[in-house]
Amino acid sequence: MEYVTILLDGLAYGMVLFIISVGLTVTMGLMRVINLAHGAFAMIGGYAAAALIQAGAPFAVALALATLGVAALGALAELLLYRPIYRKGELSQSLMTFGLTFVVIAALTSIFGPGVRPIPIPSALDGMMNLGFRAYPTYRLFLIVVGLALMGLLWLLIDGTLFGARLRAAVDNPRMCQAVGVNVRLLFTVAFALGCGLAAFGAVAGAQLMPLDSYYALRYLVLFLVVVGVGGLGNFRGSFVAAVGLGVVDTFSKYLVPNAAPYVFYGLVVALLLWRPDGLMPARSAS
Amino acid sequence: MTASFATDPVLNVRGLSKTFGSLHVTRSIDLDLHAGARIGLIGPNGAGKTTFVNLLTGVIPADAGSIALDGRPIERLSAERRVRRGLVRTHQLNALLLEETAVDNIAIAIAERDRKAWRMLRYGAAWRACVEEAHDWLREVGLARLANGRVSELSYGDQRLLEIGIALSLKPRVLLLDEPAAGVPSGEAHAIHAMIERLPRDVAVLMIEHDMELVFRFAREIVVLVAGGVYTRGAPAEIAADERVRAVYLGRSAA
Amino acid sequence: MSESEIIRPVAAPARPGLPLLAGRLLPWAAVIVVFFALPDRLTLGANVFIMALFALSLDLAVGYAGIVSLGHAAFYGIGAYAAAICAIHLTPDPILGLVFATIVAALFGLVTGMLILHTRGVTLMMLTLAIAALAAETANQAHAITGGDDGLQMPELEPLLGHFHFDLWGRTAYLYSAAVLLVWFLISRRIVRSPFGRSISGVRQNVRRMRAIGTPVWGRLVATYALSAGIAGSAGALAAQSTGTVGLNAMSLLASGTVLMVLALGGMGRLYGAFIGALVYVVLQDFAAEMDPFRWMFVIGALMIAVVLFLDDGLMGLADIVGRRFSGRVR
Repeated sequence: MEYVTILLDGLAYGMVLFIISVGLTVTMGLMRVINLAHGAFAMIGGYAAAALIQAGAPFAVALALATLGVAALGALAELLLYRPIYRKGELSQSLMTFGLTFVVIAALTSIFGPGVRPIPIPSALDGMMNLGFRAYPTYRLFLIVVGLALMGLLWLLIDGTLFGARLRAAVDNPRMCQAVGVNVRLLFTVAFALGCGLAAFGAVAGAQLMPLDSYYALRYLVLFLVVVGVGGLGNFRGSFVAAVGLGVVDTFSKYLVPNAAPYVFYGLVVALLLWRPDGLMPARSAS
Repeated sequence: MTASFATDPVLNVRGLSKTFGSLHVTRSIDLDLHAGARIGLIGPNGAGKTTFVNLLTGVIPADAGSIALDGRPIERLSAERRVRRGLVRTHQLNALLLEETAVDNIAIAIAERDRKAWRMLRYGAAWRACVEEAHDWLREVGLARLANGRVSELSYGDQRLLEIGIALSLKPRVLLLDEPAAGVPSGEAHAIHAMIERLPRDVAVLMIEHDMELVFRFAREIVVLVAGGVYTRGAPAEIAADERVRAVYLGRSAA
Repeated sequence: MSESEIIRPVAAPARPGLPLLAGRLLPWAAVIVVFFALPDRLTLGANVFIMALFALSLDLAVGYAGIVSLGHAAFYGIGAYAAAICAIHLTPDPILGLVFATIVAALFGLVTGMLILHTRGVTLMMLTLAIAALAAETANQAHAITGGDDGLQMPELEPLLGHFHFDLWGRTAYLYSAAVLLVWFLISRRIVRSPFGRSISGVRQNVRRMRAIGTPVWGRLVATYALSAGIAGSAGALAAQSTGTVGLNAMSLLASGTVLMVLALGGMGRLYGAFIGALVYVVLQDFAAEMDPFRWMFVIGALMIAVVLFLDDGLMGLADIVGRRFSGRVR
C-alpha cells in the first residue's frame, strides 16, 4: 500500500466523520445537551435511503429525501423529546438519548430485518479517476470534495450570515443572546434539524466506509462523540480538524498495525482528552 | 512597605503577578498579614480583587511572585493544601452543600480539618465529635436554632453566616472574606456585620467588600487596588481623606 | 412567621422506629421467603441480586459521587472474565474467584480513575466511554485469554465453602448471590454514612465548597471509583459463576446503558433504588424471554425515555410520594 493512497483513504473517512459529527457539536455545544442519539438519526437516514434505492429511486434523490426527512424528524424530536430535558442533568440527558438510540435501532431492525443495508455506489461515482500520478476511486474523491465543500459552506454560514452570528452568540452566551431578543428556542430547533439532516447525509454518502447495519447507531456513536469532544464542543472547525486527523490516524494504523488499530485510536483519544479536557479548540474561553 | 509589627507576618506575599494574554490583571502585589490583622481590600470594579484572592487561594496559578504562610512557601501548593495549612476563604456567591443540614455542612468541614474524612467503616465516635463541635460553631455564628434545617431552606443572610461559620470551624490562620455582606437584605445585614466584628482576635483577616461603610469600620489598614496593582495603602482615615482614591472611584463611576 | 424559625426534622432519626426497622428487614425477609416458596424461580432470583449489585456499584459512583459513568459494564465484564480466568487457570474455589475478580476490577477502576477523574462533565463521560470501548476491544482481541467472540466457559467450580454444590436449580447460586449482595450492601450503607461518604456526596453537590474546606477531591473520587469498580466486578464474577459462561456482551454499551436505566428506574443515591430497579427489570426481562432481542431492546429504550420524562426520582421517589400521602410524614 502506498502512503498517499492511505492518506487519501484517511481523508475520505475523516470527511464522513466530519459530515456526520458536525451536527452533534452544535447540539452539544449550543444546547449543552448530551446527545447520545445522534448516531440514531444518521442511521434512520441511511436506512431510509437504502429503502428508497431498493424501491428504484436514484442515489441523488434518495440522498436528498433522506437528508430532508431526517431534518424534519429531528425538528420534531427536538420539540417533543429534547426540550423537556434541557434543564435536567447530564445523567437524565444521557439516559433519555441512550434510550432513544435503542428504540430507533429496535424499530429499524424490526422493520427492515437484521444485517447490512446496502447502498450501492451510483454509476457516476463508480470506477477510478486518474489523478495524474495515480488512479484513485472516484467515490472516495467525491467524499473528500463534499467534505471540503461542506466545511466551506459552514464557514460561510456561520461566519458570514446573521443566522451564524446568532448561533455563535448563543454558543458563547445563551442568556445574553436571549436577552437581546434572539429567539433561542427557534434557533435550537433549526440548528438541531440541520445537524440531524447532515448526519443523515453523511450516513448515506459514507455508507461504503461505514456500513449500515443494526448496531450502526451504537457502534459509531463513540466515534462521533469523540470527534466532538476532541474538537471542542460547539466548534465546527475543531470538529473538522479532529475528524480528519482521527480519520487519517485510524486509517494509517489499520493498514500498518491492524490488530492494534483500536488501541492507537482510543489511546490517542484518551491522551488528547486528558491533555486538553475542553478539546483542541474550545468554543468558549475559560471564564 | 513599612512593617509596624515586631513579629513575622502570618501571610507574606511578594511580587504576585498574573497576566491573561496581554492583560495584566495582577501587577506585582506585595502584602503582609500579621496575626490579628484587619485589612480591607478595595478598588473599583475590574481592579482585580477577585483575581488576587484566586491567586492567593490557588484557584488559578500565579505567573510570578511568592506566597508564604507562617514562613513556609505555599505558592506551589494546590488550593486544597493551602486550606489545610490554614489559608481559608469565604465565597462571594454561596458555595454550600444545599442538600445537607447546617450542622452537617460544618461537621463535614471539621472532619476534613481533623483528617477524619477518609474514614469509611470505623467512624462512629469521630463523627459524633465532629457534629458536637459543629453545634458549637453554629452557636458561635448565631445559627443554633437552625442546626437541623436544610441549607437550601435557610434565608440568604443565614446562608452567609453559615459560610463564615464553616470557614471559622477550619480554625484558619488567615481568613479571606470575599464580599461577606454582598446581596444580603438590609434586615439581615446587621447580624453579618456583628459577626465580622466578633471574628477571633488572633486570625489575620483580609476583607474584600464594596460596602465602604463596612470596610472603613472593620479595617485597620486599607489597600486600594487599581488596574491590578496596589494604588495606595494606609489607615482608613488617610484613605478616606485621599483625593486620588476618591478620583479613582468617581472617575470609574462617571465613565 | 419567618421561614428561619421553622425547625424541620431532616434525615433519619438516630434510632429507627419499629415500623422503619421492619421496612428495612422486609426485602431480606422476602429473599428467604422466595427461596422456599418459589424453588423453581431461583435462577431468576439470582439474576435480580446480581443486577442489583451491579446497579448498587453504579449508584455509589453516580448517585453519591456524581461521576457519570457511561462505561460501567467494563468493570462488570472485567470481573466476569477475571472470575472465569481464575477458575480455569488458578483455582476452582468460587470465593477466591470472587475476591480475585473484585480486586482486578477495582485495580482497573483505580488506574483508569486516576487518569480520567481530573476531568468533569462531558469530557469525563466521553472518557468513560472510550475506556469501556478499549476494554471491550481487548476482550475481543485477546483470543488466547478471553476466547474472543466465543467467550469463555466456566469449568466446574468447587462446592461453595466446601459443602454447597452449584446445583441445577440454582439454590446455591441464589443464596450465594444474596449473601454477597447483603455484604456489599451493608458495607456500602456504612460507607455512605461515613465522613468519607459525606465528603463524596459533598463533591457531587458542590466541588467548590469541598475544595474550600481542603478536600482532596481527586483522591476521594478515585477511591470511590475504584470501590464502585470493585463492586461491579463482584457482580460480574457472580454472573459468570452462576451462569457458567462469559461473553463479550457483558462489556457492551447496551450493558452499560441497561445498568444506568435500572438505577434510574429504581432511584439514584439511595442504595435501595438499585434493588427495586433490578427486581422490576429482571422480572420484565423474564416475561419478555420469548421476545426477539430487538423487541427487548425496544422495551429497554422506551423504559429509559419514560423514566427520564415521567419518573424523576425513580420508583423509590414514587414510593416516597405515595408513602407521604398515606402517613402525612415528612421524609
